[in-house]
Amino acid sequence: MTVLKRLLRTPEGLAGTIMLCLLALAALLAPIIFPSDPLSIAGPALLPPFTDAAFPLGTDRLGRDVLAGLVHGARASLAVGIAAAAVAVIVGALVGTIAGFAGGLVDEALMRIVDAFQIVPSFLLALAFVSVTGASLTVVIIAIALGAWTGPARLARAEVLSIRERDYVAAARVIGMHPLEIALRQVLPHALPPVLALSSVIVASAVLIEAALSFLGLGDPNIVTWGSMIAEGRNVLRSAPFLSIIPGFGLVVTVLGVYLFSEGLSDAISARKTTN
Amino acid sequence: MQRAFHLLRRRLISSIPVLLIVIVGTFLLLEAAPGDAVDAYVLSIGGGDPALVQSLRASYGLDQSLGARLWLYLTSLARLDLGWSVTFGRPILDVILERLPNTIWLMGSALALSFGLGSILGIVAGARPGSMSDRVLSVGSLALYAVPSFWLGLVLSIVFAVQLRWLPTSGIETIASGKQGFERALDIARHLILPVGALGFIYLALFLRMMRAGMAQAWRQDFALAQRAKGLSRRRIVLRHIARNALLPLVTMLGLQAASMLGGSVVIESVFAIPGFGRLAQEAVAGRDAPLLIGIIIVSALLVILVNLLVDIAYALLDPRVGASGATT
Amino acid sequence: MSAVLAEIENLSVAYRTENGRTAALSQVDLAIEAGKRLAVIGESGSGKSTLALAITDLLPNDALVEGEIAWPGLPHLPAPGRDIGFVFQDPGASLDPVLSIGEQIAEVAKNHLGFGWREAYIHACDLLERVRIPQPEAALRAYPHQLSGGQRQRVAIAVAIAAQPKLLIADEPTSALDTIVQREIVSLLDRLVSESGMALLFITHDIALASGFADAVAVFHESRLVEAGAADEVLSRPSRAYTRLLIDSHIDLATPPLIEGAQA
Repeated sequence: MTVLKRLLRTPEGLAGTIMLCLLALAALLAPIIFPSDPLSIAGPALLPPFTDAAFPLGTDRLGRDVLAGLVHGARASLAVGIAAAAVAVIVGALVGTIAGFAGGLVDEALMRIVDAFQIVPSFLLALAFVSVTGASLTVVIIAIALGAWTGPARLARAEVLSIRERDYVAAARVIGMHPLEIALRQVLPHALPPVLALSSVIVASAVLIEAALSFLGLGDPNIVTWGSMIAEGRNVLRSAPFLSIIPGFGLVVTVLGVYLFSEGLSDAISARKTTN
Repeated sequence: MQRAFHLLRRRLISSIPVLLIVIVGTFLLLEAAPGDAVDAYVLSIGGGDPALVQSLRASYGLDQSLGARLWLYLTSLARLDLGWSVTFGRPILDVILERLPNTIWLMGSALALSFGLGSILGIVAGARPGSMSDRVLSVGSLALYAVPSFWLGLVLSIVFAVQLRWLPTSGIETIASGKQGFERALDIARHLILPVGALGFIYLALFLRMMRAGMAQAWRQDFALAQRAKGLSRRRIVLRHIARNALLPLVTMLGLQAASMLGGSVVIESVFAIPGFGRLAQEAVAGRDAPLLIGIIIVSALLVILVNLLVDIAYALLDPRVGASGATT
Repeated sequence: MSAVLAEIENLSVAYRTENGRTAALSQVDLAIEAGKRLAVIGESGSGKSTLALAITDLLPNDALVEGEIAWPGLPHLPAPGRDIGFVFQDPGASLDPVLSIGEQIAEVAKNHLGFGWREAYIHACDLLERVRIPQPEAALRAYPHQLSGGQRQRVAIAVAIAAQPKLLIADEPTSALDTIVQREIVSLLDRLVSESGMALLFITHDIALASGFADAVAVFHESRLVEAGAADEVLSRPSRAYTRLLIDSHIDLATPPLIEGAQA
């Protein structure tokens, strides 16, 4: 039985997969369902939700469609989250593999750098980085990755340390492969699965950090994200609290979906291990 | 106790190079960036002539090379001088020390709430794995774990401050209330309830889940059966043996989460307008005050190191195996 | 013939699995005599550990139990810890790693003998002396990781006999230890049983070890009791092929007994 089938059999895995599929669908189809710019004015201002069929979730104080923003926000949030997690995992896995394989001084130096990144609050680091370089999509992605690469680095290093003494690595050394070549071609692929398992959780935390950054006005000002919608709603928190509350559900569903999915996934993987 | 001291000294020594990396790294990252505080200042007063800009730069040492400035920074740091804040017109250390207590109160209370309540509820859930209370708490904590703290803060303040008017919406205390002593403490506590809840709930969920998982694992081990064979009461087995063992990874997690919690307090302080350390970071960003930002990052790293030292001591006191053979660190 | 402490009648234990039920113990009849040493011999999976857990009432909740265990030798139903002491195979896993040895022994005395903590600790100190732990006062404050494997098993024995039980069950108490320490533990158990008059149920896969000091043996194979009787009788004139096989494969009967004089 494949891991996927097992995943869909656990209640957590099924619920998480459904939630993530719906989000992915919304993100992919956003330009088709709501072809006009979600930042453009679409109707009367501050329309409450469930009162006008044309704007099921109402409009904000500039008359922008909340539902369109929510759907386009899914696109931006997921894109930033996945991109930041990808950068963090690739950089972290590389650094961890090099540290674990090189050992000695290189390992020591790289791990102290990892330590240094771990004692600085990653959100503060992201904040500082965005503030000095100016907010844009790329900067936000790098800023989030700055605080997220240490987890994969540690994990990859630990995996490498447990793998490097195994037979196929020793064999590669005997036939005279360059250490770096061994690291990249033999060790990295084997160390990758647990690192990838960690990455779904990194996507979730990246989505949250992006939301917090745009909530503080440090996101890319040219795109709609859930965080910026929540921040925008704060201006009319007393009269129209729904404007801040609705986009938050997008975040909750995303993060909950990722956690349920990864919980189901780890159950499925461990179940496969025990039956083999 | 001697074990703890030994450990403490070793940890302190090993954190020095790490702190140095943080200092140099932060300095290079923020000082290498285009645009400095003088630019921001000049922009804020509506432009100035090049001579003024030049003299301002010289007075802050901004006209020197990066290496020279780094050396200057490190030597003054050794004298506990973090530099001068252009935004506030005061020494950076003074500004930070003024804001720090509010954040420490916020973080400390959130940590106490999440760790205390989280581990207690985790024990309730883990006492009988698979029971009704276990299921309710597991599902509830997973849902809570997914809620972003700043959004939770907004929702809490909409409900309890705006709609019900039970608690204040913002600030750390009632301004110019003239309250003293106990009354003032009560006032501050009332202001802290919502932000502490918003910041702490996500960690509460985390600690609950870890405690529950740790207890489930402990139940499967031989020694759980051995305690039953001794005929101890279920209460004593759960509290003194199972929970006691499951508590250890939780304490480690407490140290690991300190940095993340400090980062979280930046946003929470913004939501509730608490004049703390995190809000200061935001003001530094707004004023493009790089030296202040560097100072904030260094102090926060120190704070995280300090929390981790305390956690290490607590761990050494809780786990007799630490430092005995060097097997566990 | 001495008095019967426990009478096991037609005891069966099974577990539900994916393909129906798996029997762990099938229709066992066995008597445990007060003050005597009964060795239960069998390979792993033969049901001998299940028997020990069933007697102590420690079977998991999902176990399906049939049959009965009567306790004519006790005025009431036995409570684990108080009437039955249990020594596990691996003392490294059965002792709590984060509590002091003193507390782990004292809590049993406090719970079952109605002692206060002070008395319980004094009692624990006496027990450590009885199981021959050097410097018992200091050992009270020690933690399991500070002791050797053999010493840990002595502590586990002290825990098991803390409430002066009528029956001591030792489930492979020496398999995790090296040979020299094995002999020490066996002779300790032997001495404790002689001194206190409690019955001993000694579970082992090592027929040589059992033959040294058991009064009676019970041989288990594939969840069934194959043969039971007086030790010298069963070991010298086994009536079942399986018992003979065990004896032939494990010992040469010319081997001197493990503990001198114990076989008399």
